Amino acid sequence: MNKKHINEIEDQMKLANEGLPEKERGLFADARPTTVDAFNKYYEGFLNWARSRSLWMLAFGTGCGATELRPLMTSRYDMSRYGIAPRPTPRQASVFIIGGYASIKTIKRIVRSYEQMQGPKYVIALGSCTINGGMYFDSYNTINRLDYYIPVDVYIAGCMPRPEALIAGFNRLKEKIRAGECEGMNEYAEKFDWFKKNQKQIIKNWNMPDYNW
Amino acid sequence: MSIWTQVLYAAISVTVATVYGLTLGGIVRKLYARVHGRFGPPVWQPFLDIIQTSSRRVSVSHGNMFLLGPVFRMAGGLGTYLFIPVIFGSAVFGNFSMAGDLLLVMYFVFFGQLGMALGAGQGGHPYSPLGIARGLAQMSAFEVPFTLAVIAVAIQYHSLNITSIVAAQQGSFLNWTLFTNPLAVIAAMISMLGMNMHSPFSIVMAPQEIPIGPPVEMNSGFLSILQTNRGLFAAAKLVLFMNLFFGGATNLLEMIAKTFFIYMFSVFVGAAYPRFRPEQSFRFFLKWPTIIGVLSIIYIAYLGGVL
Repeated sequence: MNKKHINEIEDQMKLANEGLPEKERGLFADARPTTVDAFNKYYEGFLNWARSRSLWMLAFGTGCGATELRPLMTSRYDMSRYGIAPRPTPRQASVFIIGGYASIKTIKRIVRSYEQMQGPKYVIALGSCTINGGMYFDSYNTINRLDYYIPVDVYIAGCMPRPEALIAGFNRLKEKIRAGECEGMNEYAEKFDWFKKNQKQIIKNWNMPDYNW
Repeated sequence: MSIWTQVLYAAISVTVATVYGLTLGGIVRKLYARVHGRFGPPVWQPFLDIIQTSSRRVSVSHGNMFLLGPVFRMAGGLGTYLFIPVIFGSAVFGNFSMAGDLLLVMYFVFFGQLGMALGAGQGGHPYSPLGIARGLAQMSAFEVPFTLAVIAVAIQYHSLNITSIVAAQQGSFLNWTLFTNPLAVIAAMISMLGMNMHSPFSIVMAPQEIPIGPPVEMNSGFLSILQTNRGLFAAAKLVLFMNLFFGGATNLLEMIAKTFFIYMFSVFVGAAYPRFRPEQSFRFFLKWPTIIGVLSIIYIAYLGGVL
């Protein structure tokens, strides 16, 4: 492949960031996310073991389900004994818990926060609202299925699921991570156009970058 | 001793200190959890966290200074540690102690935070400069009693060499600075509360107010450097306090026992008190600890240490 060819492909890879004003476009990423392969089997197995033992969840309550995270953090259920810790910034978090219904306004923030997380990153969808809309199935401003917008690793059904169910969900996530099945980061990069199309369909005022690094 | 032997010894010493510092961090998390009535994470959790952050597949940099921030921080930790003799009379844990190293160490204690200020500032997140402003202001405040205590110690032993300060305290536990110049130790121990940044002085990395402050944009590998440095730097500071005020150590077990209890002082205070507001914290350090520090110098320089 010659240099001209590479430049052409790079131009095609660029995102327009059309939602932003002209002067702000240069401030944000204009490159698409790319897939990153796992290491060899044994080394990746070891890393996955460590990742599953140290889950940093993004402390961002996106819906009423976030209320179940408080008893999980405090002394009654104490998630820290499973190596789960809250992290206040998406740059450092590895697990994103979508707490229940996601309104259109919230899904904007969910997408931005998810894209700012550094992979491998995992998503736990909490509550029935993230599966089929739950009691908000016919609402004008909430989404019904979360995995149209970001890849989801584990669903926890219920309205509301109790902290015990959340712990069970975390254990399921750990099993999946150790088995090497949680490749949401690469899935997002592969199906990037499909996810973006779905997101833009539902978010009418798209005044944010197309990809947040 | 050839330079390569020294490098090998320094590598061993740095590794031991990092592992010890990280384990201490794990013990502290466990201890805080027990105070809260929880089980808490296992003591080896800090190691798992470091593997986890360093094994992220992607990372974001915001520029050259952002890349250098964690490197400066690590250099601060390494610099502090490498010029302190950890175990008195030991070749392996002697590090690069030399005449006047106390001044160098004092400089290195604060060097990392300044480097971090430059690096985190380029991250562009509004909470980074906020955390840095708090951190640097608090640092300037607790530096005053700490420096006064160190001046008192230097006057007392007529030396700025940590090895000779430790040597002067050998013999009996009554020779420790703790008993020969208690005022300096009180001032320094209070300033250590600020240095270790546990409550009530945890204003720099306050997750509930300013999402963990300076390292808010640090991710993946950058964060794992900072985490490793946290272990090493904690060990380095504790060893410095042990050498200056608690008679140093002649073997590894003694070092571990002494530094553990020195650290527990700030942990117990941290578990018992809620967080100060920034201005309360600055005022606190510039009031009583500073007065005690000045008194310690008067006590040792003009009253000759006999009352």
